Amino acid sequence: MNGLAGLEPLLQTLKPGADLGALGEREWDLVVRLGRASDLLARIGQRAEAHQAPVPARVAVHLQSASLLAERQHRELALELRVIDQVFVEAGIPVVVLKGAAYALAGLDAADGRMVSDIDLMVPPELLPQAESALMMAGWISANRDAYDQRYYRTWMHEIPPMRHISRGTVIDLHHNILPPTGRIKLDAGRLMEAALPLPSFAGLRVLAPVDMLLHSAAHLTHEGELDTGLRGVVDLDALVREFSQDGSYFDRLLHRAVELNLGLPLFQALRLTRHVMSTPLPSGWLEQLAQASGFHAQSTRQAWLERCWEAAVLPRHPLLTNRLAPVARSVLYLRGHWLRMPPGLLLRHLSRKAMRAVFVSGADREKT
Amino acid sequence: MALYARHEVLPAAEDGFSDFHVAVLARRGSGRAKCVFQMDGFEPFTPLAINEAFAFFEWGLNWCVTSHCHRWITLHAAVLERDGRAVLLPAPPGSGKSTFCAALMMDGWRLLSDEMVLLDPQTLQVTPSSRPISLKNRSIDLMKTRAPEARFGPMAHDTLKGTVCHMAISDESLEKAQLPAAPAWVVFPRYQPGTGLSVVPRGKASALAELFSNCFNHQVHGRDGFRALVRLTEQVKTFDLAYDDLDGALGWMAAQVELP
Repeated sequence: MNGLAGLEPLLQTLKPGADLGALGEREWDLVVRLGRASDLLARIGQRAEAHQAPVPARVAVHLQSASLLAERQHRELALELRVIDQVFVEAGIPVVVLKGAAYALAGLDAADGRMVSDIDLMVPPELLPQAESALMMAGWISANRDAYDQRYYRTWMHEIPPMRHISRGTVIDLHHNILPPTGRIKLDAGRLMEAALPLPSFAGLRVLAPVDMLLHSAAHLTHEGELDTGLRGVVDLDALVREFSQDGSYFDRLLHRAVELNLGLPLFQALRLTRHVMSTPLPSGWLEQLAQASGFHAQSTRQAWLERCWEAAVLPRHPLLTNRLAPVARSVLYLRGHWLRMPPGLLLRHLSRKAMRAVFVSGADREKT
Repeated sequence: MALYARHEVLPAAEDGFSDFHVAVLARRGSGRAKCVFQMDGFEPFTPLAINEAFAFFEWGLNWCVTSHCHRWITLHAAVLERDGRAVLLPAPPGSGKSTFCAALMMDGWRLLSDEMVLLDPQTLQVTPSSRPISLKNRSIDLMKTRAPEARFGPMAHDTLKGTVCHMAISDESLEKAQLPAAPAWVVFPRYQPGTGLSVVPRGKASALAELFSNCFNHQVHGRDGFRALVRLTEQVKTFDLAYDDLDGALGWMAAQVELP
C-alpha cells in the first residue's frame, strides 16, 4: 500500500475518541507492526488501557509490553530530572527542559505513552561551558570522541554532542538555542528562556510556555534533516494543539508569538502537515492569517513540493509501506536540513567531509570482515 | 520442517493477528553464502553462515520475545511441568541444562520452554512457548542415542556456541501448549563428572539473587517485578543438583513429584 493510506489503521488508533474495540485482528496486526516501527505502540497501549477497550488477548500482550517499556522510561526520567534539577540549582545556572521530558514534566497528554530516550535541556549560550562542566561533575560525559564531530557541533549547531551518564547510561542533549545560530532563521533563545515557566515541585527546572513549546516542536520537525521519528513528532504536535487550544485565546497568542520570533513559516508548515496526517482541528482561515502576518504565500509550488516530501518522509520505515517517493523525500529533506543550518560554502565542505568519511569507514569495515 | 511438523498452522497471515512477522533469507554477496534474520524488514543481527539458518530462526525468535514480550517477567531458564507443578531450571551455559531438560521431557515431563520462562508478575503462572530444544555439542549425540524416535533438525557446525541441533518438542507438550503452570521448584542443575548425585537445598536469598541475575527485563518491571520474584522464591523449594549420571538425576526429580 502506498503512502498515508497504508498508515490509516495506525493513525485511526492515535486520534482522540478512536474506537479501539472496533478493530479486528487483521487491523490489529497492522497497527502493532506499524506502531512498533514508529515508536508509537506504547501510546496506543496507554489509550487502550485508559478507555478499557476490549482488545483481543493476543494483541493486548503486545500493547502491555510497549506500555510497560514507556512506564519504565518515565520512571527513570523522573529520577534523572531530580538529579539534574539539583545539579543546575547548585551550579546556579538557569535551565529549561525541552521536548518529551518537558511534556512529561508539564503533565501533558503528549507525554502519555511517549517514549523518551534522551533528555533535552537548554541553557543560556554564555553559560554553556559551566553547564557542561556541572553535568560532567555529575557523571555525564561526551559520548562522541570524534574531533570533527565535536568541532562541527560546537561551531555550527544549537546543541553540543550527546552526553551519556557513565554508570546509568542516560543521555542528555544540552542546547543553547532551539535552532542553529548560523541558520536561516536567527532566534534569540533568551526570549524563550525569559518566558519559560517554573514547575511547582522543582527548584530550578523550567519548561517553555505553551506557545513557545509548540513553536519549538514545529521548528524541530521542519528543520530536522532526519525524520526517523517524524511521525511521533507529528503526533506530539497534534496532542499539544488539541490540549493547549482548550484555552480560547491560544491561537491568537500563538500567531503573535510566531510572528514576533520569526517562526511563522515553520509553524505554518508543521501544522499543515499535522492537520493533514492527524485531522488536527485548526480555526478556519487561521493558517492563511498566519501566512499573511508572517509575509509569505500560503499557496506556492515550493510549499506543495515540500509537503509531499514530508508526507512521504514521516512514514515509518516498514515493508508494508512501500513508497517510491520516500527515499527521495528523505534525501531532499536531509539536504534541506543542512541547507537551513549553515551557509552554502560550509555546507559543501561539511557534506564532502561526511561523504569521504562514509567511503573511508565502510572500506575499513570491509577489511575487517 | 520436521521440528514444527505437528504445530498448528494459523490461517493465512493476511487474515489474522501474528505476534511477529519474521523471515530468514539467503543473502548473496562476495565470499561464503550467508543468511539474514528479519522482523518486519528490520535486521537486528549481522548475517550468519547459511548452514546456521535454522538455528538463526530460533535465536531470532528468542530475540523477538526478549525485546517485545515485557508483559511477562522473562527469565533465562528451562521450565517443565509434571502433575500440575512446574520446575524452573536456571543455569549458565555449559552446565548441561538443555540436556537435562531434553531428558526430563523424554521421561514424561511436559516442556514449557528450554530457554525462556514467561512468568506472569501477578499470578506467578508460567506461559508455555512450545518450541524445539536447542542442543549443543556432545549432548546432540547423547540425545540422539537416548531418544532415537525423537525428531531432530539440521546440524549447524562451527557456530558461536559450537555445533547446534534442535530437537522437536514432545507431542504431549505441544498438545498442552495453551496451558500455563505454577512453579513448585527451582533447581540449579550442574553436570559434574565423578561426583555421583548431590542435592543441597539452596538458601532462599541466594536463589532469589540467582533468579534475578537470570532475568532479562527486571528494569521494565521495577519494584513490582522484584516483589514477584520474591513471592516466587518463597513459594517454591530450591535445590542445587549436581550429577554425573543423567538417570540418577531423573530419578531424584521423579521422586520429588511423589512428595507433597
